Amino acid sequence: MTPYAAFVWPAWGITALVLGAVAARTLIAARRWDRALKAAEGGDR
Amino acid sequence: MFGLANPQKFMAFTRPLQPVLWLAAVGLLAAGTWLSFAAPADYQQGDTVRIMFVHAPAATMGLGAYAALGVSSLFALIWRHPLADAAARAAALPGAAFTALALITGSLWGQPMWGTWWVWDARLTSVLVLFLFYLGYMALRASIDDEQKAARAAAVLALVGLINLPIVKFSVDWWNTLHQPASLLRAGGSSLDPAYLWPLLTMMAAYGMLFAAIWITAIRTVVTRRRVMTLRARAAMEA
Repeated sequence: MTPYAAFVWPAWGITALVLGAVAARTLIAARRWDRALKAAEGGDR
Repeated sequence: MFGLANPQKFMAFTRPLQPVLWLAAVGLLAAGTWLSFAAPADYQQGDTVRIMFVHAPAATMGLGAYAALGVSSLFALIWRHPLADAAARAAALPGAAFTALALITGSLWGQPMWGTWWVWDARLTSVLVLFLFYLGYMALRASIDDEQKAARAAAVLALVGLINLPIVKFSVDWWNTLHQPASLLRAGGSSLDPAYLWPLLTMMAAYGMLFAAIWITAIRTVVTRRRVMTLRARAAMEA
């Protein structure tokens, strides 16, 4: 990979980090609002 | 197809689809990563060619997500359909992330190949403008408390931003740019060697699948959130 490792690995690393963060945020928000819906529907009955 | 515009039908249809999209995205990303590092180093660019496999799909999805945001905004403005607004809202964050990655990885590719991190050429500048439209859309939505007013104002901004999409795509043809012209989606077919074409196509499919998974999940979350808010408001009125 030399002499370009200093460019290739950061490009892949930042990509993994950003896409992982967006995916995790999306899944966590989905789970949180699913739980909130169950709680709200429980209180609605 | 139009039946899916009904939020209940959309939720029922996408419930089993969601895990399939996530699994396909993870599988394609794994395959694409393996193919990207198994490809030989380029005779001119050396190993920096591997940046292409994360850069080009990010740029394509940045444009694709904005097209989804813009078309959804158009539907939301004309028909005031709540699901269209949810679709627009859900496309903003992943679209901004893909565009930011296109700018960052492009810069990391540009430095060893062009000798500079950044130039104000037409392609780079128009992609930066695309990123700013994403940021503006999200900031505008967040800055107005009334959700319907926020949706309308943001939708108008999204439609203005659609003008930038052909500028990004054709900037390398209309102006002299340091950025290379299209090598995949161009008249006469791809100019890429098959050794690079297949890893790139696999990564394109992976990014597309990941966007679909994030987008569908986020739309479902917006619909669920609205339902929760309605139930909470009803419970507060009854109390």
